[in-house]
Amino acid sequence: MRTAAHPFRFAGCVELRQTLDVHALDERELMHRLAEVPTDSIFFHTFGYFLRHRPFTTAYGNDFARWAALEIGDRALAERLAVVDPFAFPALDALREHLVTILQDHLRGREAEGRVEFDRAFHFQRSHMVDVPLGLTAATLVEFRAGLATVDESAIYLHTVETRARERRAEPFAGWLRDALDLPELAERFDRIDPYLTTLERVRGRLLGFVDEALEKGRG
Amino acid sequence: MSRIDDYRAVAGPGAVDFILKLAERVKARRFLHVTGGRLGGGVAETLRAVVPLLSELGIDARWEITGGDSAYYATARALQAALEGVERVLSEEGLARWADMNRRNGKKLDLDADLTLVHDSQPASLVSVRTTGRWVWRCHFDCSPAQAGTWSLFRQFADQYDAAVFALPGFEGRLGIPMYVIPPSIDPLSERNRDLPAREVTEILAGLGVARDKPLLVQIGPFARAHDPLGVVNAYRLVEKHHDVRLVLVGTADDEPERLELLSQLREVAHDDPDVVVLELPAEAHRQINALQRAATIVLQKSVRGGFDLGPAEAMWKGKPVVGGSTGGLAQQIIPNVTGYTVYSVEGAAFRIRHLLNNPELIPRMGAAGREHVRRSFLITRELLDDLALAVHLPR
Repeated sequence: MRTAAHPFRFAGCVELRQTLDVHALDERELMHRLAEVPTDSIFFHTFGYFLRHRPFTTAYGNDFARWAALEIGDRALAERLAVVDPFAFPALDALREHLVTILQDHLRGREAEGRVEFDRAFHFQRSHMVDVPLGLTAATLVEFRAGLATVDESAIYLHTVETRARERRAEPFAGWLRDALDLPELAERFDRIDPYLTTLERVRGRLLGFVDEALEKGRG
Repeated sequence: MSRIDDYRAVAGPGAVDFILKLAERVKARRFLHVTGGRLGGGVAETLRAVVPLLSELGIDARWEITGGDSAYYATARALQAALEGVERVLSEEGLARWADMNRRNGKKLDLDADLTLVHDSQPASLVSVRTTGRWVWRCHFDCSPAQAGTWSLFRQFADQYDAAVFALPGFEGRLGIPMYVIPPSIDPLSERNRDLPAREVTEILAGLGVARDKPLLVQIGPFARAHDPLGVVNAYRLVEKHHDVRLVLVGTADDEPERLELLSQLREVAHDDPDVVVLELPAEAHRQINALQRAATIVLQKSVRGGFDLGPAEAMWKGKPVVGGSTGGLAQQIIPNVTGYTVYSVEGAAFRIRHLLNNPELIPRMGAAGREHVRRSFLITRELLDDLALAVHLPR
């Protein structure tokens, strides 16, 4: 059995939300504010949705689509925004540009429409991730599987979504499998996992499946 | 008093261990909470649970209160109302006396802490005598509609904090400091939310004179226009044409003239219709409110004004679907079509109640989803985590 040069340290996270006092009361305003807010806010309302998303909530993919559907009632816009996969963009600014372009295209030639009440506005936020070391380490694939199966679901988010999209102290699952355990094929499967429109528990289940297959094939 | 281990049974697998791990990052730090009093209100109830839990987690947690003469309290009440958007006349002299009284409070209180959390407006100007640590203004109400003049005066104090915390995005006023969001929570082990045996529920309802021979529609909240009890009566009237139900309105009038008038109108309605029950119960009647929520078939919270009323979370924790107004914190708590419905009108409320009564299989399904939603998002264990994360995030 392979033993890693350095152990994997599992960490969970808590999302501390910060309101930016920037609000949109209609779609046009949403477009303008989207173009201006810090990229951290784009991250919060797209990637961060995966952490807040619950198994029984209707999946809109991101906060913008949810707002368009539930508060504005513009189903066409909601559909167009919901299908945007944040993982498909190399950088947050590219994701922002795509979202703004969708809004621009959607609003082209349209008359200004009604504005919602302030308490139904889109409120831009950002978040600060506070890492929570779980005191759980793994030096082999078997130990890694045991940790993966039991850690808080925020750890799944931190080691898959956050570490893929933002520089973090925490190590991505895939990076450790590739570099410390020399399992490039398994790492690639982890890298290709699609957390879009699913739940963190389902992501955990799929990752465990990949690990089990690798163990059955005698890898690790 | 509940201990942290008691929450293992209710907070979901791993939640308590996760709190213990995060608490290690701020162990031995000194947290000080300051409020305008220790009695009544959701903030005091939460702190009564949170402060001992923080101590158990190895944090040196204390809770102080400010006080003063009658003029101090009168100004504090007027200030609070103006910050919530109600028209009030606030004299500069009155505000100066309020601030002076808080300075005197500051000399008497032990404010030596690493993190001082000052709750709501009454003690807010204490910040002007700050000496050590980080100071956070914890605002539990919606101050977005604050009177502009009052907000400008209040801001001179609020901006002296290192950060502010609001219950919801959009509840904030304009400030020059970072503003965080920590929604409120319910304590699942408190008298108001703990499990009650069916026999106890039956006894309590019998004592209150509420018969359980038909489905109960229950709204709990002050008899105030903001909670629209008359709208609830009108929704009930649209429902009772098709379903044999009983409406139970529970609340208090707090000796306020407008509310007393509303209560008298509701009593008239109840006098003419034996299926409308109006119960005047104080907000502290936790056991009775717990039992009424548990006995309800559907819980209503048809508020027409913002704020973060935790009634829906309490009801959902008891496995009840909620039909609520689409305002402020209600819209955050109720997931439409999953844990209940948000409505915009009397007719909408009646429609959704009828929908549930006509499709009774939805009631337990939504109730179960609501309980799980609250477990994840509105329990005191989540608020503890958020508070600890804030302490970690704010540098010493």
